[in-house]
Amino acid sequence: MRFALLLLGLVLLPVLARAGEPTDAFSAFSSGDYDAMAAAVTELAVSGDPRAGAVITALQAGRLYANAAGQLLIREADGSFRDIASGKPATVDEDDVRKIRMNNAVRRAADAAQGGLRLFAADPATRRLAAAALFKSHDPASLPALSRALAKEQDPSVRALMAEAEAAAMVMSADAPEAKKLAAIAIIRARGDLDASALLASIPNPTPAVAAAAHDGVVAIQRVLQLWDVLESVFYGLSLGSVLLLAAIGLAITFGVMGVINMAHGEMVMIGAYVTFVVQDVIRSEAPSLFGASVLIAAPLAFAVAGVIGIAIERSLIRFLYGRPLETLLATWGLSLVLQQAVRSIFGPTNREVGTPSWMSGAVPLGGLTITLNRLTIIAFAILVFAALMALLRYTALGLKMRAVTQNRAMAAAMGIRTPWIDALTFGLGSGIAGMAGVALSQIDNVSPNLGQSYIIDSFMVVVFGGVGNLWGTALGALLLGVVNKFLEPVAGAVLGKIAVLVLVILFIQRRPRGLFPLKGRAAEA
Amino acid sequence: MSGRIGEASDTILYLNGVSVSFDGFRALNNLSLVLAPGEMRAVIGPNGAGKTTMMDVITGKTRPDSGEVIFRADTDLTHLDEPAIAALGIGRKFQKPTVFEPHSVHDNLLLALAGSRTPRRVLFARETAAERARIEALLDTIRLTEHRDRRAGDLSHGQKQWLEIGMLLAQEPDLLLVDEPVAGMTDAETAETARLLRDINRSKSVVVVEHDMDFVRALDVKVTVLHEGSVLSEGSIDHVSRDPRVIEVYLGR
Amino acid sequence: MTRGSFATFTPPALVLAIAALLVAGNVALPPSSPLHVSIFVISLAGKYLSYAMLALALDLVWGYAGILSLGHAAFFALGGYAMGMYLMREIGTRGVYGNATLPDFMVFLNWTELPWYWHGFHHFAFAALMALVVPGSLALVFGFLAFRSRVSGVYLSIITQALTFALMLAFFRNNMGFGGNNGLTDFKDIIGYPLQADGTRDGLLLATALLLSLAFLCARFVVTSRLGKILVAVRDAESRTRFLGYRPESYKLFVFVLSAIIAGTGGALYVPQVGIINPGEFSPANSIEAVIWVAVGGRGTLAGAMLGAVLVNLGKTYFTSALPEFWLYALGALFILTTLFLPQGLIRMFARKPAVARPEIPSAKERPA
Repeated sequence: MRFALLLLGLVLLPVLARAGEPTDAFSAFSSGDYDAMAAAVTELAVSGDPRAGAVITALQAGRLYANAAGQLLIREADGSFRDIASGKPATVDEDDVRKIRMNNAVRRAADAAQGGLRLFAADPATRRLAAAALFKSHDPASLPALSRALAKEQDPSVRALMAEAEAAAMVMSADAPEAKKLAAIAIIRARGDLDASALLASIPNPTPAVAAAAHDGVVAIQRVLQLWDVLESVFYGLSLGSVLLLAAIGLAITFGVMGVINMAHGEMVMIGAYVTFVVQDVIRSEAPSLFGASVLIAAPLAFAVAGVIGIAIERSLIRFLYGRPLETLLATWGLSLVLQQAVRSIFGPTNREVGTPSWMSGAVPLGGLTITLNRLTIIAFAILVFAALMALLRYTALGLKMRAVTQNRAMAAAMGIRTPWIDALTFGLGSGIAGMAGVALSQIDNVSPNLGQSYIIDSFMVVVFGGVGNLWGTALGALLLGVVNKFLEPVAGAVLGKIAVLVLVILFIQRRPRGLFPLKGRAAEA
Repeated sequence: MSGRIGEASDTILYLNGVSVSFDGFRALNNLSLVLAPGEMRAVIGPNGAGKTTMMDVITGKTRPDSGEVIFRADTDLTHLDEPAIAALGIGRKFQKPTVFEPHSVHDNLLLALAGSRTPRRVLFARETAAERARIEALLDTIRLTEHRDRRAGDLSHGQKQWLEIGMLLAQEPDLLLVDEPVAGMTDAETAETARLLRDINRSKSVVVVEHDMDFVRALDVKVTVLHEGSVLSEGSIDHVSRDPRVIEVYLGR
Repeated sequence: MTRGSFATFTPPALVLAIAALLVAGNVALPPSSPLHVSIFVISLAGKYLSYAMLALALDLVWGYAGILSLGHAAFFALGGYAMGMYLMREIGTRGVYGNATLPDFMVFLNWTELPWYWHGFHHFAFAALMALVVPGSLALVFGFLAFRSRVSGVYLSIITQALTFALMLAFFRNNMGFGGNNGLTDFKDIIGYPLQADGTRDGLLLATALLLSLAFLCARFVVTSRLGKILVAVRDAESRTRFLGYRPESYKLFVFVLSAIIAGTGGALYVPQVGIINPGEFSPANSIEAVIWVAVGGRGTLAGAMLGAVLVNLGKTYFTSALPEFWLYALGALFILTTLFLPQGLIRMFARKPAVARPEIPSAKERPA
């Protein structure tokens, strides 16, 4: 395919053909002199000879042969031979011809020549690739081809690439004048990626001015690259942080606000994920066209299912254990085992497949970053859930009652608030949010009965780290832990990074037992 | 330090310019209070006046933002923690009676007796005859001799209050801080407690925080009225009861 | 006999008597006899008694000092790893690769030298010492930090859980040098006695029973001492002890370290009898399971904790073979029902309430404001 394009390109460039010259080049191939061959390859490439592509390709593939008279032949795939000068099939005895071999110098020249040849391809995409390849090889030998191609090029984006390739070749060239080299360095510096930096760092025999310019360039590029690296870590960190936030925010309600240690919190998340699975399963069989909306349907449903289960748990178990946190911890742990086993019995112990709607898959480039859409959606979802929760607590009557009950139960009861009912609703709210978190997590994690267990410790760490009873603290704690984790990962590796975060939080709790944003005053002492 | 000691000399407790705030709320505002050795002082004030916070500052539970707290004219308490201050000879009774409920009355007093508090000593400690005698004497003082072997958790509310006072005495402190000792007591128990405190005051300095004006009157000692974290009025009970500012904020019109 | 000495000497006597009877049933009775005790039962009993040691350790901190550790299996596992390292070195050239110094998994990882922390473990005495020192030191450092900054209650529970979770992740890594995922296994013998031999198994059971009895007596001495009374006082009214001049953190640290050492001993005895130690032993679920043993048996009573460990594990052995699906339901229900209906544990259904029982569980209606 590429070969065909190449040939096509060469055919469409008859202007460049300067008949007569290449014949001398051809003779060099059979001379056995590798230096002459390398020079010939380079010469051929810039000659514009329509046969050049075929010859060089054959040379690289080991299909170029010569007979005793110096006549060049290409051996076709079917074993027949074709004369290059005439382009006609030739009858040749295999014993009369010898394969033309290359040394490394010839091989390099051929590679560069191929790149040079494709600079003239008709398809801009091919030309772009060729320019990019030449930038990578930055062989001064490609300079003539590049300057000719630049002179011809109309497409500005390809031109820019070619200019970069030319600059790359220029700085590597031994005999280019200093002024040209400095201009080239400026172009490469403007390109600003890792390749550009590596190139600037490897300029051979630089003059002091060139060396200084190159050094400045490297520093400038590294600075920009580091910035992108940091931004990338921040994005991944925020993404992880929003996952943590989603997992922890329900717990921030049940544990942070109500003071209930719900070890079955992770199972609420898990149930939310299974709701997503069931919703998708039904949609697949009943209304496949709705698949894109499956997670949007699953989110409120998961909230409802987990919320109702939460209320049931509060009414049947937790209300008997208020004021006994350690007992609550044990009983809810037992509950989590039962829920896990129940899900295992119903759905089986293996991972269930949850699909990603097309609008959530893929990635968009943003500067030096690649933003994956599912991560971006989860960040947005986490912000949305958090904002909705804050609004609920702040602006609704239910929220007011919830705050009243958690702040002063006796007074709230005295004012006619039905505190047991508010307890149940608050617990249901926390569980429901956990269920919604499960919908989001089903998009990035395996949906299995153990899903919740892998988040429960993280969630508790986030709530404790952020400061119990403080939802803003939970949000900030989650994001901070996410970002710290992602910054540690490249240094320590994923597992060690996680261990380091756990140890850091453990140490942090020693320093500030009440978290980042503790509630202060006498009320907090109780 | 020596300069300050001049001022604090001949005091058992000397508070000067103590301020504490929680989240912008000034619990104590430039509070000063001087207690002479052997004195008993009653501290009264409305809720939120800073009575409990004052106790917290003296016993090391809360660090003041500013000001000095000097014990026995030579020891700055603001840098010490609760066990260190307790070891110096300050005992504190909580507002809500706090005793070791699963332990017997006897064991409660045993654990409170002055002596080494390091785990190594305590692990191998055996009750000595001297300790037993001391506990008997304390049981007599707090009138719980017959209840010696009962679980402290099974005592009545008033008995728990007395047991806690007994535990304070077992520590052999020089200064007792007593927070609302008669809350929830019957009249008879209240009178008995007043007698007990006066008894204790023969050998020790005492600060009593109390709401019950009849009880304060029964104690018949100098009274300090706190309001919004500082001293509003000080003097005999009759003096402060006539103080118009005290009537305004506390006693009611 | 007074009630005190009855409570002191009956449990270890029972433990030793049962272990001796089992061993006698294995050694003295011919396999044809209906009363013959198979080697499977001997190993199982040894495993239960090791667990009982973990329960004893946990009860010391939870039942008496009110520290609910959700990471106590970490100390157990560390003790187990110390013993496992000795048993690995004992294999010597009998491993698959026949390397005299390097355990198989290191050869497999192309390691050429023994990591520094493996040195000395070919001595049994050193490994046994490490089984105590390593868990003890971890407890010392962790407890020092936690108790000094007054981390308590649920917060402490959560960070102990994070601790064991972090250790589990660490031990899963191959380059930690503890066999990664597979852990340490394929042991051959212990101080020269082949682990597969019946006699060795009998001996291990007796050793476990003996050490459990010693640990019990030691724990019993602590909880009946004045220090034990202070622990209970700290559990129920920490600030009162502080205003009496005690430093609760020192007392908690003492009992936490002692408890970690007992747990480590249990782990060291566990490994030769089950033949493997892997990072799964650090799993937070294991630690919480140990808590339920104590809760079922009766927290705050040492004998109850040991009884709970044996009973729950008997149930586990039965269910996981007879009704594997049902085990997690049963375990979950056990957690819920025990906390709701049996907060005092089984042992108090038989015995009179001991003096250190928790005062009274606040009723559901009485709640903190």
